[in-house]
Amino acid sequence: MNKRKLLSLPYLVWMIGFTVIPLLMILWYGFQKKTGGFTLEHVLAIARPEHLKPLLISLLLSVICTAICLVIAYPLALILRKANLKKSSFVIFIFILPMWMNFLLRTYAWLNLLDDGGLVYVLMQKMGFKGNIVGTYSAILLGMVYNYLPFMVLPLYNAMTKIDDFTLNAARDLGANERQVNLHVILPLTFPGIVSGITMVFVPSLTTFVVSDLLGGRKIFLIGNIIEQEFSTASNWNLGAGLSFVLMIFILVSMAILNHYDTLGEEEEA
Amino acid sequence: MKRKVMLICAVLAGLMFGAVLTGCGGSGKKQESNVLKVYNWGEYIDEDVIAEFEEETGIKVVYDTFSTNEEMYPRIEADSSLYDVICPSEYMVKKMMENDLLQPVDWSKLENGGNLNQAYMKILSDQIDPGNKYMIPYCWGTVGILYNTTLVDDTVDSWDILWDEKYSGSILMQDSVRDAFMVAEKKLGYSLNSTDPAELEACQVLLKEQYPLVKAYVIDEVRDKMIAGEAALGVIYSGEYLYCKNENPDLQYVLPKEGSNVWYDGWVITKGCGNVDAAHKWIDFLLRADIAYRNFEYITYATPNKAAEQYIDEEILSDPGVFPDEETLSRCEMYLYLGQDAEDMYYEYWKKVK
Repeated sequence: MNKRKLLSLPYLVWMIGFTVIPLLMILWYGFQKKTGGFTLEHVLAIARPEHLKPLLISLLLSVICTAICLVIAYPLALILRKANLKKSSFVIFIFILPMWMNFLLRTYAWLNLLDDGGLVYVLMQKMGFKGNIVGTYSAILLGMVYNYLPFMVLPLYNAMTKIDDFTLNAARDLGANERQVNLHVILPLTFPGIVSGITMVFVPSLTTFVVSDLLGGRKIFLIGNIIEQEFSTASNWNLGAGLSFVLMIFILVSMAILNHYDTLGEEEEA
Repeated sequence: MKRKVMLICAVLAGLMFGAVLTGCGGSGKKQESNVLKVYNWGEYIDEDVIAEFEEETGIKVVYDTFSTNEEMYPRIEADSSLYDVICPSEYMVKKMMENDLLQPVDWSKLENGGNLNQAYMKILSDQIDPGNKYMIPYCWGTVGILYNTTLVDDTVDSWDILWDEKYSGSILMQDSVRDAFMVAEKKLGYSLNSTDPAELEACQVLLKEQYPLVKAYVIDEVRDKMIAGEAALGVIYSGEYLYCKNENPDLQYVLPKEGSNVWYDGWVITKGCGNVDAAHKWIDFLLRADIAYRNFEYITYATPNKAAEQYIDEEILSDPGVFPDEETLSRCEMYLYLGQDAEDMYYEYWKKVK
């Protein structure tokens, strides 16, 4: 018993030191006036138009990004399930490969491709597109989807490969056609994968500031940029913490909704 | 097999990390009798100059760098004996003076003190350091407009051109609150240290008007973008100009007639300095005309060293981009620290621009 407790000690220290205490510090700063004393001012500041607009844009962009990732990744995972193991792990490997390179560098690479004189820019001009998409929502969305797609592919692929062939054969023996197999067997069984994929794409894209900094030409403020600015250059930690707190609530609520559907799925299975 | 590779990678990574750590820990711990601890901006000195100083004086230099004033300040505030000489910007020197972290310079120990351009010493004395007691200027510069002569056919001499719709999508603004507001403040004829909410609001409206014309708000990328010809006009620090022009001869720098920001970086001696004599020797060495010239060649930021000008090319010396005329310069101001409330106000308005 004692030994087991001892083994859990590093994790406990880790959790308390790097999660619980920082969270408490955010609360501490977020609900404190700069001069000391309790206030709701920094949390309610989210309602001010200069903060609300970035928040809404962030929400919209991350929802679209998550949807696009899901639409790309789900059919891929479906195909990979049917392919043999060697082939599918190779494809997964290719999808993961860009992650071997630093996130920042990858985004920089996109900036060079999209900006004036870049390869993609030149191609787009040839195809008749006018202007430069750097500094627009499309560029940010592209960067988000590119960077976060692997986080959707992996959990979906895992969920897919876990499904036993016998289950599907049983469904077919009982008269289900392919469409019914996909819809009534595979979809519910991969639901936990979908949920974790959504969480892993939605949360980082809601909070990102690097992608919008680089590909948005710093013209577009997402809520992540606002918070980053409060902490770094504006040195207004109280406001930054207050806004972070609101953002955390948004993330918690969306996760709660997802979990709700997740457990519903499990109940159906049972 | 996979696991083995992973293990090897992990061990290698661990080794590298360890090496880095011990490398960092090693410096600065050596206790030698004649040591000078120097804290300077990154890439802000010709490194050969350090070796030459060590050779000539027999003083061992421990050299560390910082990348922002704000990063340097708390370290010195916690323990001013950490370094002997530091090279902060003028507003930070003022803050350090106010918080009693510096000691006065003994001008009698500076044989080359007369090399400094007295016009700049007066500006510093007037705005930052009365009587030039603490700060020996090292580099200085302005914020202005870098433009590509092949893409701009109008005369560039005013901030107004950054609002010209002809150059829509071809303008680069600085993504720093003070620098962005400075442009609007000077265009409207205000002080760049204004804390008047009505003035700041007028600036915000003006910057919002400009927003659709701006290609991007940039930090260091402005250099690369201007060199690559991706934009016609960019707000930039004068110190970047010679480098950019070297890479792309079509680029020209202008200090707008309405005035702008002027800044100085300079050497100060800390309160807790452990080797005051060596500190003066260091500053005096850097003031030597030939050394100042070599540092100018390396850093390419304008030098306040009058005597060094004899070595500088006539072409560069007469370029108003590098050495602006004193009349325009007289309309330039240094940034002053405005206090937290005023800084907050700037950020509130800045958030409304984007």
